[in-house]
Amino acid sequence: MSTAKGPALNPSTGRFRKRHIGLIVYFVFLLLPIYWLIAMSVRPNQEILSGFDLFPRTITFANYVTIFTDPSWYTGYLNSIQYVALNTLISLSVALPAAYAFSRYRFLGDKHMFFWLLTNRMAPPAVFLLPFFQLYSTFGLIDTHIAVALAHCLFNVPLAVWILEGFMSGVPREIDETAYIDGYSFPRFFLTIFLPLIRAGIGVTAFFCFMFSWVELLLARTLTSVDAKPIAATMTRTVSAAGMDWGLLAAAGVLTIVPGALVIWFVRNYIAKGFALGRV
Amino acid sequence: MDKRPYDNKAWLLVLPVFLIVAISAIIPLMTVVNYSVQDVLGPFQRVFVGTEWFEQVLNDDRLHGAFLRQLIFSGCVLLIQIPLGIAVALTMPVKGWQSSLCLVLVALPLLIPWNVVGTIWQLYARPDIGLAGVAVNSLGIPYNYTSSAFDAWLTVLIMDVWHWTPLVILLCYAGLRSIPEAFYQAAKIDGASAWAVFRYIQLPKMRRVLTIAILLRFMDSFMIYTEPFVLTGGGPGNATTFLSQFLAQIAVGQFDLGPAAAFSLIYFLVILLLSWIFYTYITHTDREDAR
Repeated sequence: MSTAKGPALNPSTGRFRKRHIGLIVYFVFLLLPIYWLIAMSVRPNQEILSGFDLFPRTITFANYVTIFTDPSWYTGYLNSIQYVALNTLISLSVALPAAYAFSRYRFLGDKHMFFWLLTNRMAPPAVFLLPFFQLYSTFGLIDTHIAVALAHCLFNVPLAVWILEGFMSGVPREIDETAYIDGYSFPRFFLTIFLPLIRAGIGVTAFFCFMFSWVELLLARTLTSVDAKPIAATMTRTVSAAGMDWGLLAAAGVLTIVPGALVIWFVRNYIAKGFALGRV
Repeated sequence: MDKRPYDNKAWLLVLPVFLIVAISAIIPLMTVVNYSVQDVLGPFQRVFVGTEWFEQVLNDDRLHGAFLRQLIFSGCVLLIQIPLGIAVALTMPVKGWQSSLCLVLVALPLLIPWNVVGTIWQLYARPDIGLAGVAVNSLGIPYNYTSSAFDAWLTVLIMDVWHWTPLVILLCYAGLRSIPEAFYQAAKIDGASAWAVFRYIQLPKMRRVLTIAILLRFMDSFMIYTEPFVLTGGGPGNATTFLSQFLAQIAVGQFDLGPAAAFSLIYFLVILLLSWIFYTYITHTDREDAR
């Protein structure tokens, strides 16, 4: 991979400082709300409400302890992680062969199919709220992890196909042909040669599936009530019932950022390399 | 010329995707179509009403207001986020741990659940306990997003900039990384100015990712629901009631299935039309690039 550095990206002139001041200002804007969330999460409620302080005077982890010891809180996290993982798995496993078909073959209605898939990514989830509820009630799937995972496929599968197709088109077709001449069957070629070649693409796709499933709440909340309730929904209900417990709310918020931060950390190199390899 | 072989057996590979999306898209959409032309009087009593709901919804003043607010909002989102995203992507470090750190930090807001984004900004902007709220008020500018329509609107907009500019940055950054070193060297030899490098090398190379960024940002801002719902609940009055809030109000709040379904279809068709325009534009420029 070539490391792109140009005059504009790696300036050694007097403009260097000015540009970087702008960057720093942006990062302050980016991080201040998150700092405030963390600062709130380690304060007792009386301190939050009694006055304004830039830094917490007394640091307490009581809010975190509450979340980790109360099942109604921590099962929310487990539920969210379960359906997000399930969704990423389903999305990837159906999207991989389809993306291969789109990148390697022409077939009847391929362009229309591809566009139709994309329109589902563009569909407002609010439109699907009621029908989804009825559909999953009919099959008795309400309040299960699989229902949320399937509902999130609506926007994640098209996105996965779209991103993977870009990565696959970057792999020369000669590799497929050589493998077939060498006597590889399609499944064996696909699993042992082709998938390792596009693992950066798979990483980026998994990142996006995780991201959009993790952050979505509207559908997740509508399709669950108790057993599969996502953490984000737990936050809205518990808080409004118990008055405004700002510290607890902030602590729960901090904990929803943690899984995301971990995932980014793992795919950070793939994001940088991966985006550029694929067409997205 | 497209050299891919023509083979209808490829459909077998697409079939799983087709089935799973068909279940989660076509069947629900049919239900919506069903509701949009019927009046549900009871569990087994339905009357066909034709286009009545569509006429009712299209003549609804509240819808016109929500639509106008939505258009202004999406326009502002694009005008701020796209240039800001390009600018930050251009200044980000490209090598070493600084680059990894910047990427991770930039991507952070994207992985926060949307209602938590609302919560964060609620905590951050409240005039009594929020850092930003207190800071702005102490500068002598009266600011309270729960009572002033303008403040509420501005807060939602800034929140969206905070939340989604990172997506534009990541896409632009990826586009910039795909530019070969040789381009910059050639520009250096020619003595090109920074502006010329941007205008004739970086911008054309970013065109594709920018199209995707504009497409995604436009669509997603057009469907914004959760963040303003948590932050302002659509108020004060209905200053921050965008299209999705309006839809949720009539569908879940008032349970008017007919008008809600009719409105859903109109909403969906508007988005479909816009994405079709963008899609043909992308594929068209692709073909030109290939030439």
